[in-house]
Amino acid sequence: MNAPHRLAQGGLIDRARPLSFVFDGQAYAGCAGDTLASALMANGVKLVGRSFKYHRPRGILTAGSDEPNALVELRTGPRREPNTRVTTVELYDGLVAASQNRWPSLAFDIGAVNDWLSRFLVAGFYYKTFMCPAKFWEMLYEPLIRRAAGLGRAAGAGDPDHYEKAFAHCDVLVIGGGPAGLMAALAAGRAGARVILADEDFRLGGRLLAERYEIDGKPGTEWVAEIEAELASLPDVRIMPRTTVTSVFDHGQYGAVERVNDHLPVPPEHEPRQRGWKIVAKRAVLAAGALERSIAFGNNDRPGVMLAGAVRAYANRYAAAPGRRVAVFTNNDDGWRTAADAHAAGIEVAAVIDSRAEPPAQFAALGIEVLTGAQVSHVHGGQGVRGIDVVDARGRLTKIDCDVLAVSGGWNPAVHLTCHLGGKPVWSDNLAAFTPGATPPGMHVAGAANGALTLAECLHAGVAAGAMAAVECGFPIASFMMPSAEDEASGVTALWHVEESRAKAFVDFQNDVTVEDIALANREGFSSVEHLKRYTTLGMATDQGKAANVTGLAILADVSGRAIAEVGTTTYRPPYVPVSFGAMTGHHRSRDFRPVRLAPSHQWAEEQGAVFVEAGAWLRAQYYPRDGEKDWLETVNREVTATRASVGVCDVSTLGKIEIEGADAAIFLDRVYTNTFSSLPVGKSRYGLMLREDGFVMDDGTTSRLAPERFVMTTTTAQAGRVMQHLEFCHQVLWPELDVQMVSVSEQWAQFSIAGPRSRAVLRKLVDERYDLSDKAFPHLAAKEVAVGSVTARLFRLSFSGEMAYELAVPARYGDAAIRAIMAAGEEFSMIPYGTEALGTMRIEKGHVAGNEINGQLTARDLGLGRMMSSRKDYVGRVMAQRPALLEPDRPVLVGFRPADRKARLRAGAHFIPLGATVTAANDEGHMTSVAFSPMLGHWIGLGVLKRGPQRIGERVRAYDPVRNGDVEVEICSPVFFDPEGARLYG
Amino acid sequence: MRIPCPYCGPRGNDEFIYLGDATVRRPDPQALGASDAFYEYVYLRDNPSGLHQELWYHGGGCRSWLVVTRNTRTHEISDVTFAAGGKL
Ligand SMILES: [Zn+2]
Repeated sequence: MNAPHRLAQGGLIDRARPLSFVFDGQAYAGCAGDTLASALMANGVKLVGRSFKYHRPRGILTAGSDEPNALVELRTGPRREPNTRVTTVELYDGLVAASQNRWPSLAFDIGAVNDWLSRFLVAGFYYKTFMCPAKFWEMLYEPLIRRAAGLGRAAGAGDPDHYEKAFAHCDVLVIGGGPAGLMAALAAGRAGARVILADEDFRLGGRLLAERYEIDGKPGTEWVAEIEAELASLPDVRIMPRTTVTSVFDHGQYGAVERVNDHLPVPPEHEPRQRGWKIVAKRAVLAAGALERSIAFGNNDRPGVMLAGAVRAYANRYAAAPGRRVAVFTNNDDGWRTAADAHAAGIEVAAVIDSRAEPPAQFAALGIEVLTGAQVSHVHGGQGVRGIDVVDARGRLTKIDCDVLAVSGGWNPAVHLTCHLGGKPVWSDNLAAFTPGATPPGMHVAGAANGALTLAECLHAGVAAGAMAAVECGFPIASFMMPSAEDEASGVTALWHVEESRAKAFVDFQNDVTVEDIALANREGFSSVEHLKRYTTLGMATDQGKAANVTGLAILADVSGRAIAEVGTTTYRPPYVPVSFGAMTGHHRSRDFRPVRLAPSHQWAEEQGAVFVEAGAWLRAQYYPRDGEKDWLETVNREVTATRASVGVCDVSTLGKIEIEGADAAIFLDRVYTNTFSSLPVGKSRYGLMLREDGFVMDDGTTSRLAPERFVMTTTTAQAGRVMQHLEFCHQVLWPELDVQMVSVSEQWAQFSIAGPRSRAVLRKLVDERYDLSDKAFPHLAAKEVAVGSVTARLFRLSFSGEMAYELAVPARYGDAAIRAIMAAGEEFSMIPYGTEALGTMRIEKGHVAGNEINGQLTARDLGLGRMMSSRKDYVGRVMAQRPALLEPDRPVLVGFRPADRKARLRAGAHFIPLGATVTAANDEGHMTSVAFSPMLGHWIGLGVLKRGPQRIGERVRAYDPVRNGDVEVEICSPVFFDPEGARLYG
Repeated sequence: MRIPCPYCGPRGNDEFIYLGDATVRRPDPQALGASDAFYEYVYLRDNPSGLHQELWYHGGGCRSWLVVTRNTRTHEISDVTFAAGGKL
């Protein structure tokens, strides 16, 4: 395979390393150093895609990340990546790409009929045509539009590759590795600053790779290699190729995407495809260069119409001839370089059409046909340029044959990143472009991004910005020999669109926005840039209008009779280029979405075949099924029955545990709990209730006094972090004068609830015999340090199940050993482990509240815990809990429920409606918060809040649950279903 | 944003939890009209354009509650102190 448009010599490609690739099923050859764009060009492939709305044939416009046209689906299967710009895809062997938005083929596309229908598809078409009814939009219009006007197809399968998130810190971040960026990095690096140099290309050099410039008398690429070698030798300089800085955030934070392995078919094992970086930099130098813009004239979107700078890039860097016969249309001196370079590369130059009256003198020697004061009004050819019409100053029309038209409408400094924190670019009449206005704090702009468009200016500005950034970081100024280079300013006279155009003249190629669309929007009153953008979709495509926006608003200024500065710009928002979800999420997907916390007995529970449930970040054993059990309910019933008959054990390590110490620890607890803790004796535990300052219940738990000035608090699993934060707030913000310290020890202790009539017998075998565990010596709510073997443990006599029960806490590293020892000790009593389901069933049987009830919307009174609100002291939430609305007798209050028909199943979430009343919100009297099947009672039971519930014991209401077709008559009862006297607590 | 914690140094805002206005003071619960004062304290906040003193909790760091003076228009942070008072 030979590439017919490959130039015989030159370029930065490695001809010794041929690569093969496939585009639309056809095999081609390229070289290492090619992009997919340059390889297609070298093979003479001009038609690469179809446009979004009109399905017009499109080719390659640019040579960089500003490409609006040449989007493809890259790779196949689950790695298929839609809307990929061929200009940024580094060629690799075996690459497969396909054009998109065409059917049945790229050359013959049925959708192209839209182009003929285009007078119906003008700006605002969607708004005007698909007005109403709303239902039609959803059912008919949207699918229709989506099929007709589309981009690429997503893979539709999980991405098999992985992605990383990474962080870096530096003194100076240099964004862009062109002449200005290289100089800035070198100046800062020589001064001793920690420098990161990020460039989106796979090769440093920026425009120097695309031009035939000389620096210090050497070819530009040679000079780049020398600078790169010196940068690499500096210990604190990090060069990051293939890395686009996409976003600027407050306080010197920058988002970047590193395409680590996009240049390979599949990333090597253990390596990510991409990395999303957050870079923290004291200073940044933005040296992002400038983006060339086109001129709007008839059929300016035909394949073969290219930006002049891109033509130079393909010829000089990639040794790929965009065509056989090139015409150049320019409004500035820079376009002339294209003619000179094409000529030097052996490509025939048909003519240079300069819209200005006076062409630059230095190119006169080329001997090329020149038309001055002339403009291209029309492009001939459908799927590729065949010729152009040129109108001169006197209105005479000349037709010129060519297969490529290189267009230069001037350069737009890449000001994007200067605007991410709200800066507005400033119009320069001199440059006919926007330049950076107020920059983000800590950011310097250098080179073409700042409107410095000659090479010498770029080099000097780079040195100055890099040195300044280093000085601002506290480094000295390093000595510097300024390189010498060309300093010829490129005169430009603005030209945005050609009046004489007959055919569609495109401004935004990707979203198919034409000059006429902008004029129409203005006529219809959408003359603000923000309205124009939304009405025409100008600049709203995946390229965010890099090649289109400035031209678009210049034309708006023209048709609305305003100055460009007056029209202003829309807001440049991050990211600068499209960012994959992978780079943003890194490893945080599916199972690894967030860290999983495992209880100390997790491994043991796994060995037992436990079924686990997520509880916040925790995985907790939900139940422990045994062979022959037909469903979870049978298992849970067995666990409850066995625990209440003998003994069971449950890992409760997930509860929050906070140690609170200090002379004022007791006073502190009195202020954060509704009930009193200063009266708690050493060696005892007490149940406590905590409110938010707005008077609603925040959390509950037990707190034990281990010593006069030392307490250990437990919180619910879900609220552990929130309570810690709250306690720190109360201490540091409300009462810093209190002598109290606190620390979370949730991770430090493994804690097991051992419940049931034989619990003491089990513990007797575990706890050193010198500790008396008799009911008298260690009564209900006792809390003491004990020895278990050689380990110092904490033993609490606490019960959530209503049984005689203990909680045994050991240092977390002994957790696994502890569960095994407990189970071994309990074997003779037929001890079983129980999970969160049995735990929940037993607490509902006892009417204890939990997370379903403490939902942030209920007060202590609502929960039937009003008696816990001390009237003898102040505490957080006391005042607000007394608000009249919270004391309303009609407020729903916690009671129990059982089905009138004992065989019926109850559902949490059901709403209570009086018998015989219609089901309306007005008749809603409360809702069911928790339900369980009680094996002790043999039927379903529930807890819930009901208006005046405690006064209605014995009445019946409907538990109405339309979501699950539930409509059950229930009997109101005490929330304590089992052992109401509490006799079992005492064994 | 990055917040210069006086204990830990400058850290990313993902380590912090925001609470809000740092200038409100918990009223005296014994005072006359305490319920009105508490209503204001719990619910009513100004929404200043410009300098704002606000409470941030360094939950992913030293667990200090900080008073951060931040310009709500520019995010510029001009001062950070411990809510509990005192200096390092
Ligand atoms: Zn801190």
